[in-house]
Amino acid sequence: MAIGVRVMQRPKTEISYLRATLKGMAITFRHLVAPKWTMQYPEKKSAPDWALSPRWRGTHRMLTDEQGRAKCVACGLCPQICPANCIKLVPGEDEHGHRYPLIYEIDEFRCVFCGYCQEVCPEEAIHVGTHYENAEFERGRFVYDLERLCAQTHPVSSLWDPSDPKGE
Amino acid sequence: MTPELKGLLLIGSIKTTAVFAVVFLCVAFTTWLERRVAAWIQNRIGPNRVGPQGLFQPIADGLKNFVKEELLPGQADRTMFILAPVMAFVPSLLLFAVIPFAAPLPLSFDFTLPLLGRFVHDGPVAMIVADLPIGFLFILALSSLSVYGIVFAGYSSGDKYSLLGGLRSSAQMVSYEIALGLSLIPILLVAGDVRLTEIVAVQQESLWFVIPLTLSFVFFVVSALAENNRLPFDLPEAEGELVGGYHTEYSSMRFAIFLVAEYGAMITMSALMATFFFGGWDIPGGWDEGEPSVLVWLATLITFLAKTFFFVFCYIWIRWTLPRFRFDQLMSLGWKVLLPVTLLYVMVVAVALWVFDGLGLAWGPTYALAMFGVNVVLIVLVFWGLDRNRLVWGQRLQREGRA
Repeated sequence: MAIGVRVMQRPKTEISYLRATLKGMAITFRHLVAPKWTMQYPEKKSAPDWALSPRWRGTHRMLTDEQGRAKCVACGLCPQICPANCIKLVPGEDEHGHRYPLIYEIDEFRCVFCGYCQEVCPEEAIHVGTHYENAEFERGRFVYDLERLCAQTHPVSSLWDPSDPKGE
Repeated sequence: MTPELKGLLLIGSIKTTAVFAVVFLCVAFTTWLERRVAAWIQNRIGPNRVGPQGLFQPIADGLKNFVKEELLPGQADRTMFILAPVMAFVPSLLLFAVIPFAAPLPLSFDFTLPLLGRFVHDGPVAMIVADLPIGFLFILALSSLSVYGIVFAGYSSGDKYSLLGGLRSSAQMVSYEIALGLSLIPILLVAGDVRLTEIVAVQQESLWFVIPLTLSFVFFVVSALAENNRLPFDLPEAEGELVGGYHTEYSSMRFAIFLVAEYGAMITMSALMATFFFGGWDIPGGWDEGEPSVLVWLATLITFLAKTFFFVFCYIWIRWTLPRFRFDQLMSLGWKVLLPVTLLYVMVVAVALWVFDGLGLAWGPTYALAMFGVNVVLIVLVFWGLDRNRLVWGQRLQREGRA
């Protein structure tokens, strides 16, 4: 060996390299014929032993009331807590004194999907969703406006496991 | 030109084209097989989207390679850099010329073409591109030529990883060339001829050479793995150590040609294993001997392909099982183990042949079985030597009281 290279002294009398080789070949052959673990994704989105976690935090969804209006009261807590500063909220007020968002936009590129907005929302309006198929053809489409947020239909994240709220 | 000569030329050119085309198809199939078997061994499915079971994946890969950018490194030796893939690729295809791949096909035609004249042929057509009288000497000569492609690629890229890959491959392929050649000497002793058609005929008369020359087969497989730079001897392109080895700087179709060369050499070596040790296109039972017919031709062709792809599969299987050797281990295996052992085996076979001939035994199945007996004794000895008669972990577990 070259100078300065430490060569590990392998055991010479105890180990059978030949049988180890044959044993390895047998193991790989067993795996060759064993059932496969791959889930054929676009056709199958869940398997008996795999489903998207209910705590998954994906792109947002705004819940609506019975009249189809956003539940948001434009209190301003979500842009306040957002660590990525990706929520743009301009509040408005109607003639009865009800506050509502004039502009509510979330930049999904900036979002870090921490779920704080859902956690802080007093009206349970803004939610992160259990949803992962977000591909778009243009960058601009990743800024979700209020209309788009209200139109989302995917299930929303539970953020924590109700039976184990502290994650113990 | 007489019509008969024209007929021969026509058959010759058709055979050449067909063999090259089939080898290319087999290369494409092997790349697919490699990816699928690799996936299966890792409990995955592998490429299965393009075409039925992903069989058209190689076509998609080829198209992709054609439209990618061809990079030429600034510090590269331009001529050699462009020449190297071709030099790696041609020998692996040429090797297939001397391999008989099926029983003779009865063929007779007599037709006239405008401008070209009359073509006549009658009688069986040998299913081999060139039945050279120098047989496997041609194979040994050409398979050592393919090292130039790799060395040139490594040298001309002008980067350290490629250079190391090229250096390693030259040392490795030169060393294992000797073991490869020596492991074929027993076949020469038994068959008495280097022509591959003759070797197949001798195996048809008695038993496949894997029975009388079992150890030769083992040596041949090990040196063929090293000769083809396949794991566990893939040091010229060791991904973990040398980025990509000799083809690090190559891109696009030039890179793909290296892959074609590698897989082509692999298929050729598998075909040689089938021809030398598993009777070539022979189907046991003597059914394929006698009058040539289209049915026998087709059956033997399929048999030959099946045997070849069995060994291709073994190559892949071994690749995804065994870890890479260290370079000094590789060299000491080649020079200190395989070279003396194959030489010794040549002598043992020669002595055994002398003894059996002296006993008045005629070449045939009994002779082959007697040779197999000699091999069994040797195999037990070799396993005793390599294995030291201990199961994996057996002794250690027993000593620690866990067995």
